[in-house]
Amino acid sequence: MMKKLIIGLFALLPTFVMAAGPSVPLMDANNDLTDKASLQRGAQLFMNYCLGCHQMQYQRYERTFRDIGIPTDIGQEQLIFDGSKVGGHILNAMDQDDAAKWFGAAPPDLTLISRVKSPDYIYTYLKSFYKDESRPFGVNNTVFPLVGMPHVLQELQGLPLPITEEVEEHGKMVTKIVGLETDGSGEMSTDEYDHAARDITNFLAYVGEPSRLESESLGIKVLGFLLILFILAFFLKKEYWRDVH
Amino acid sequence: MAENSKAASGVVGNVINWIDDRIPMTRVWNMHIAQYPAPKNFNFWYLFGSLAILVLVNQILTGIWLTMNYVPSAEGAFASVEYIMRDVEYGWLLRYLHSTGASAFFVVVYLHMFRGMIYGSYQKPRELLWLFGMFIFLALMAEAFMGYLLPWGQMSFWGAQVIISLFGAIPVIGEDLTQWIRGDYVISGATLNRFFALHVIALPLVLVILVFLHIVALHEVGSNNPDGIDIKHKKGTISEDEKPKFKFHEYYTDKKDIVDAIPFHPYYTVKDVLGVAGFLILFCWVVFFSPEMGGFFLEAPNFEAANPLKTPEHIFPVWYFTPFYAILRAIPDKLMGVAAMGASIVVLALLPWLDRGSVRSIRYRCTLHKLNIAQFVVTFVILGWVGATPQTDFKTILSQITTVTYFMFFVLLFVYSKNETTKPLPTRVTK
Amino acid sequence: MSNAPVDNGRRRFLTIATSVVGGVGAAGAAVPFIASWNPSERAKSAGAPVEVDISKLEPGQLIRVEWRGKPVWVISRTPKMLEDMKAHEGQLRDPASEEPQQLDSAKNPYRSKRPEIFVAVGICTHLGCSPSFLQGGFGEKVEGTEDGFFCPCHGSKFDMAGRVFQAVPAPLNLEIPPYTFIDETTILVGEEEGVA
Repeated sequence: MMKKLIIGLFALLPTFVMAAGPSVPLMDANNDLTDKASLQRGAQLFMNYCLGCHQMQYQRYERTFRDIGIPTDIGQEQLIFDGSKVGGHILNAMDQDDAAKWFGAAPPDLTLISRVKSPDYIYTYLKSFYKDESRPFGVNNTVFPLVGMPHVLQELQGLPLPITEEVEEHGKMVTKIVGLETDGSGEMSTDEYDHAARDITNFLAYVGEPSRLESESLGIKVLGFLLILFILAFFLKKEYWRDVH
Repeated sequence: MAENSKAASGVVGNVINWIDDRIPMTRVWNMHIAQYPAPKNFNFWYLFGSLAILVLVNQILTGIWLTMNYVPSAEGAFASVEYIMRDVEYGWLLRYLHSTGASAFFVVVYLHMFRGMIYGSYQKPRELLWLFGMFIFLALMAEAFMGYLLPWGQMSFWGAQVIISLFGAIPVIGEDLTQWIRGDYVISGATLNRFFALHVIALPLVLVILVFLHIVALHEVGSNNPDGIDIKHKKGTISEDEKPKFKFHEYYTDKKDIVDAIPFHPYYTVKDVLGVAGFLILFCWVVFFSPEMGGFFLEAPNFEAANPLKTPEHIFPVWYFTPFYAILRAIPDKLMGVAAMGASIVVLALLPWLDRGSVRSIRYRCTLHKLNIAQFVVTFVILGWVGATPQTDFKTILSQITTVTYFMFFVLLFVYSKNETTKPLPTRVTK
Repeated sequence: MSNAPVDNGRRRFLTIATSVVGGVGAAGAAVPFIASWNPSERAKSAGAPVEVDISKLEPGQLIRVEWRGKPVWVISRTPKMLEDMKAHEGQLRDPASEEPQQLDSAKNPYRSKRPEIFVAVGICTHLGCSPSFLQGGFGEKVEGTEDGFFCPCHGSKFDMAGRVFQAVPAPLNLEIPPYTFIDETTILVGEEEGVA
């Protein structure tokens, strides 16, 4: 009876997973936090293309360099553009109020974006800009409709063009974007850009939770230790309970 | 005292004697641990009491350590949590232990309460024990609710906003009351500061005192067991042969003849150690590998600092409140919704009086009771799921049905328990 | 009940083994609590090495910089100051800098990397006050020595190499922090090549 109840309880668990999220299916970021080269490329892309507007106000340069395997002096020379101290936070000089005026909303801090959204979301977002003359910056985004941000990676990716199709929805014909195609104006091939997007995503995922790898390597040891304790406790209990049974 | 004369000689014995002459250390140890008679047939379900104490200790310790770096102000709270997560050595671990511990506390407490329900542990003479437990549950909910505001993320802010607004449903004084609780016209630093004070000082103190009383009450009436039958009998009714060969404290044996009991220590201490090790394996797995637990233990919007001008798309309480939250949402009237939610908790406290039966354990009760408990479990899980996901028409109806079945559990119990057809009880506990 | 023979050896072994492993676990669990009291990344960042520009430092001049919340003196010593220091060596507690108040690179008569540039933590080794620099006025404290440091709190006296005089409360010479000459006119206080 009880066992059935418990099994029933656990059977219901998977349905708990939240169904919220954007309507566009997300692509699999497939990022790998142990890939230091990818993290380093991601950091470089971030510092060059994102930091102008988006800060990482809780993350420090020095710790970042240490974690992703960049020697401090090289990091200081090549990745700190504003003369910040290496122990300082990853900040930019943009005034938040001005930014709000220019973009409609201040560009969000990106320290925790990978945890607010998800790596898959970031990866998909970076690959989902397309040409849309009706928007102030001439671009739109399929996962973030009416995005208030220019396509800062346009020089790398080029500006994808939307592929549209007429589909029937609620009895009306509407134009829907079913895919994007490259316009070929970027410095990178589609494949290279995918890698760049994955590297940025990887870097943002790392910054979202810099303790992730340390946590997992420590976790393995802790679980191994607890297993030994569990086995010992099991035999200890069995030994004492021979008095009772 | 008898115990004193037994104390070992030598330096250690002398120290023990010296202490025992001043506070009743050995007597308390014997009365409540080494010579406390516990039924010998405790099963898996009886681990959750000791696990709850373990989690309480974890929360207090990690909580104290978090306050060392946390800044309780609207300006500094969110950043200080990230400071703990990034700049403080092992700060991430202390924080995840605390956040996972909060959820673990409710997992353990819900299972502990469920144990009480299936084995009738709330029945006479354990009514007060159950009530202390319910007060612990209430204090724990308040503690968890206030603690959730402290990270000052979006969900902290808006969750608190929604829950505090519930008090606005109270006629006449409602609006003034919500303003008084917040100390401002919206949730603000003033709210954060008072919640911080209550979360780190007042409620933990209340919790510890209630836990103490809960255990005192337990040891006075004695533990129930999966058979729900008494192991303490009238003095002189049990022959010497039938009595266990263990030494129990005179406090218990002077009043009653005890059968089928074993001393808590070492038998249940070693069993609890095994339970603790097993629990810690699951707990640490979450802490080290999945502290968000798919968004249930740490919600994604809470990684964004509180913004009073922007509501997250969906607001949910943390999973442990969602069954009650679903009852609130099921009723399309604000006051009635709040009243129903309150009633859903109060009715649990009334179990000892709603259950009019004299057979405690589910093992010997009628089939209807078994079905009733099964439907209650399903109801509770469905309510939890509905409360944790965005509302749809289907779920609104589902939550209304389950709200009815939730209360129906208690109504049915009250009705059938009066003249229930039960199975014959064994005279002695079964294996 | 107690019919089965109790194996006391096995029982004792399991009890001890479980207790030991549990004890190790408790000690391990204490590690994050203890380690979290170490200086955080913020504290370390605030305590990072400090660059000091000495291009404008006049002979005989003292400048103060803050490193890890402490005053660090950088002084350009004149030839006369360096000469005077030899005269009173007999009155010092530790003239040869035997006590570990400096790294090996500063364990020399001038207690510095370059004789003319003196770098020291300006905190009295007695109870932590910051001594005053008596330039040209030290003669009334120690005869025959024109320059030195005098602690106003309890009267401890130090010479121009931060060496403590005898018969004062301070027990040790002034501490020399680790430092590096980045170039001719820039010192990095708080870090020395190969030494953290």
